[in-house]
Amino acid sequence: MPEPERLQIVVNGQPRAVAAGSTVASLLQELEMTARHVAVEVNLELIPRARHAEHLLSAGDQLEVVTLVGGG
Amino acid sequence: MATTDNQHDSQSVDLARYARQVRYAPLGEAGQRRLLASRVLVCGCGALGSVIANTLARAGVGYLRIVDRDFLELNNLQRQVLYDEADVAAGLPKAIAAANKLRQINSEISIEPLVTDVDFTNVEELTDGIDVIVDGTDNFETRMLVNDISLKRKIPWVYGGCLGAEGQTMTIIPGETACLRCLMSDTPPPGTTPTCDTAGILGPIINVIASMQAAEALKIASGSLAAINRQLTIIDLWDNRIRQVNLESLRASGECAACDRGEFPWLAGERASHSAILCGRNAVQLNPSDRAQASLDQLAAKLATVGRVTQNKYLVRASIGDYVLTLFADGRAIVGGTDDIATARGVYAKYVGT
Repeated sequence: MPEPERLQIVVNGQPRAVAAGSTVASLLQELEMTARHVAVEVNLELIPRARHAEHLLSAGDQLEVVTLVGGG
Repeated sequence: MATTDNQHDSQSVDLARYARQVRYAPLGEAGQRRLLASRVLVCGCGALGSVIANTLARAGVGYLRIVDRDFLELNNLQRQVLYDEADVAAGLPKAIAAANKLRQINSEISIEPLVTDVDFTNVEELTDGIDVIVDGTDNFETRMLVNDISLKRKIPWVYGGCLGAEGQTMTIIPGETACLRCLMSDTPPPGTTPTCDTAGILGPIINVIASMQAAEALKIASGSLAAINRQLTIIDLWDNRIRQVNLESLRASGECAACDRGEFPWLAGERASHSAILCGRNAVQLNPSDRAQASLDQLAAKLATVGRVTQNKYLVRASIGDYVLTLFADGRAIVGGTDDIATARGVYAKYVGT
């Protein structure tokens, strides 16, 4: 069996490798983050939660996973 | 005719003290007069709130309603710029100390301090006649409540939050921009996100974010809606990152329970908790389910039998063993010395009763 292909992406400024076929939803799962509590931007476009499961990641994608902060 | 008189007053107010701001063309004299006629709610007056209130008072917002549930402690002074050691020594509630200071800064505007927690039972009243709400709170439950009332009453609000060296802000214009729930559909469960207690907080990020919030409030209050920032801004002063996130696609997706479906569970009281861990304080606030005025004198007499008691016009404080119990006239209690809600409830039940 060949190794499954890995894609290089950037998450919050840090390089990261994910399996080919990864989606925004599967990445959040890997990061142990809940979609309800974060907003995800891919290549400067915010992805609505309803599209997280269908939005496929591509090599070179730049992601920002935004967690709101609550102090003040 | 009251209205005519007010207009006359507003026209005759001397603008000399605001000269440098009036000189700024996008604001101008017309914008300044609108500021003087505007009414702003500063919701929470800790770190963010004290910078916001300070800036808006100096800028000549005509009426500031300042609501805060907490009292001052020495570890507030690192970042809560309106307050000083004398305020801490006097054990003053933040709203009162803020109003005292702001009246020395600008005696020509109206300032209404309120020592209370903003919750679903009083948020309608607190936002009556308000043009803009500015977020100085330290928790998401109150922010979701503010988001609900903002959408329901169509009052713009300016979110701000900070943690560590990071801060975020966004401006919500109901029906026009994305709202807080577009961005985050639910609050994280308590204890699952870092807080000021666990991650700490740096003073400079507070000043940056609160100043951005104040600028947004000035734009809205002076009628310059076209100038507002329609992006979520995220700044980290330690990692040197500044990000702007465009929220248009969230608004367009039409999947928000609040702005698309008009569901306001925080406003309905369905999500109300009766206790809250206070940010950076090692303290828990307990809120009675029926808020009633408490007799501070009676409470002081009762607590004097178990610990060292101090009292001022606004609160009674008792040091009992490892805990400091503070009781407010509106029936609330803050239990210091623990960040565990069950422990705090136990202390309250033991010394005050259930």
